[in-house]
Amino acid sequence: MSLIEGKFGKNIVITSVDALANWARASSLWPMLFGIACCAIEMMATAASRYDWDRLGVIPRASPRQSDLMIVAGTVNAKMALVVKKLYEQMPDPKYVLAMGVCVIGGGPYYKWGYSVVKGVDKVVPVDIYVPGCPPRPEALLDGLIKLQKKIHAQTLAKNPEVDQRAYSVTPATPDRVGAYSQVKPLN
Amino acid sequence: MAAVAKPLETQDMLLNMGPQHPSTHGVLRLVIRTDGEMVSEVTPVVGYLHRCAEKIGENLRYEQFVPYTDRMDYLSSMSDNLAFCLAVEKLLTIEIPPRAQAIRVVMAELNRVASHLLAFGTYGLDIGAFTPFLYAFRERELILNMFEHVCGARLTYNYVKVGGVMKDVDKKFWEMVTNFINQFDDRIKDYNELLSGNSIFLTRTKGLGVISPAAALDWGLTGPNLRASGINYDVRKAMPYSGYEKYQFNVPLGSDKVGVVGDCWNRYWLRIEEMIESCKIITQIRDNFPAGKFAADIRKIKPAVGEAYTAIENPRGELGFYIVSDGSEIPTRCKVRAPSFVNLAIMSEIGKNNLIADLIAILGSIDIVLGEIDR
Repeated sequence: MSLIEGKFGKNIVITSVDALANWARASSLWPMLFGIACCAIEMMATAASRYDWDRLGVIPRASPRQSDLMIVAGTVNAKMALVVKKLYEQMPDPKYVLAMGVCVIGGGPYYKWGYSVVKGVDKVVPVDIYVPGCPPRPEALLDGLIKLQKKIHAQTLAKNPEVDQRAYSVTPATPDRVGAYSQVKPLN
Repeated sequence: MAAVAKPLETQDMLLNMGPQHPSTHGVLRLVIRTDGEMVSEVTPVVGYLHRCAEKIGENLRYEQFVPYTDRMDYLSSMSDNLAFCLAVEKLLTIEIPPRAQAIRVVMAELNRVASHLLAFGTYGLDIGAFTPFLYAFRERELILNMFEHVCGARLTYNYVKVGGVMKDVDKKFWEMVTNFINQFDDRIKDYNELLSGNSIFLTRTKGLGVISPAAALDWGLTGPNLRASGINYDVRKAMPYSGYEKYQFNVPLGSDKVGVVGDCWNRYWLRIEEMIESCKIITQIRDNFPAGKFAADIRKIKPAVGEAYTAIENPRGELGFYIVSDGSEIPTRCKVRAPSFVNLAIMSEIGKNNLIADLIAILGSIDIVLGEIDR
């Protein structure tokens, strides 16, 4: 959570500041340049000449320190889950996660026999937008990004229990669900 | 002031490149030992995309496993479908209609062009040129349109099935193919002006990461990486399948006209030449498209006890499927010989004694797909 959020009550000043902050956040979503599997190819197609997500202010950044959106594009397995979690924690607030593809949403085709596959990345990091598909078409990903922008526009800096504050939260999911994967030690 | 008696002692530094790195083409992790900017040791660490494909193959029926082969090498799904289906057909000992074989070859070659276009685009991106990437994707989208027209999917097709293909191709498909091939020669000229002849690109890639013919054979390389070292081995010529013996095409080899045989530039250039050859094959089939059925009539896929290995030329090299059958509908073992996995191993040999920035250029020229490496 950033410094000023949730510290003030609702008033006229906050409303205007909200509009400005949300406008800025929603129109410059910088995702981390980070692809895992097949979905990453469709993510590249979305970034390339035909679909061109630059139109929405989406410009990929190479470092998690400079990005505010993580598009998890591709199957996350137990070895990768630790890396995804670490990358999420390296991103500055406010940060958002978009789960792309059914593998990331809930295991997808690897649900039954994929012993190494994490059945849903929301067990590791909190997810804001789910885009189903195997892999989702670039149009679907663009739609997901527009939905995320709408979600950002509904946010407020004021104390407001009605608005979903999860997007601001640094505590991913519930502790016990994360625990299972943070116990796994990486090689060397 | 006393003179410095001892030489300056510096320590080696162990550095992780990846699994999150924009230039590792997926989730590859390279553990590199560096002395300043110089890399003295490279160790690839794989397994960040292990999806249990071979184990899944032992649990599902033959026809059910085809979609999983799509997701193994997601840049050339048609080739992976084809390799698996050829292995099952070898076990079943069935005849494939000539029209089905022709459609399969067209799809495999179109997929090769699409895959090499992506390799070309991302290689430019690795070196620092962004524009070729946009050009490559423009043409790639045309090919994806064709695939979408015949089977409805852009990336994971499940189009080749045991006995033939899922659906016949129509007149509109051939119109799209003709349209693409007519303009592709001009596009290649564009690419050469943009990247192949670019002096910065040449300086970055010429004479870098040289693989000698002996080393290429020792490390078991296949595909463009092997041929760039000057060894003429192409599965399409050496062990023809699906009627490749009927078509006229050249197998491009690495040369020392621009760089050194087996360097990064030759590996890059070979992919450009292969795209032109693939278009030749597609044109030949278009002009001489056989009539008949698009799939053999198979009721039940239940091969007799036995084993079969088939290999095909995937855009990255020799892709093999080894299947053991115990006479039931489910294979006992389904082993994949993935070309990227074998090609990656040489990284530890040729990555040594280079600058870190050159390591990226070498890795990009090998053109790996992590889905296939980790399976």
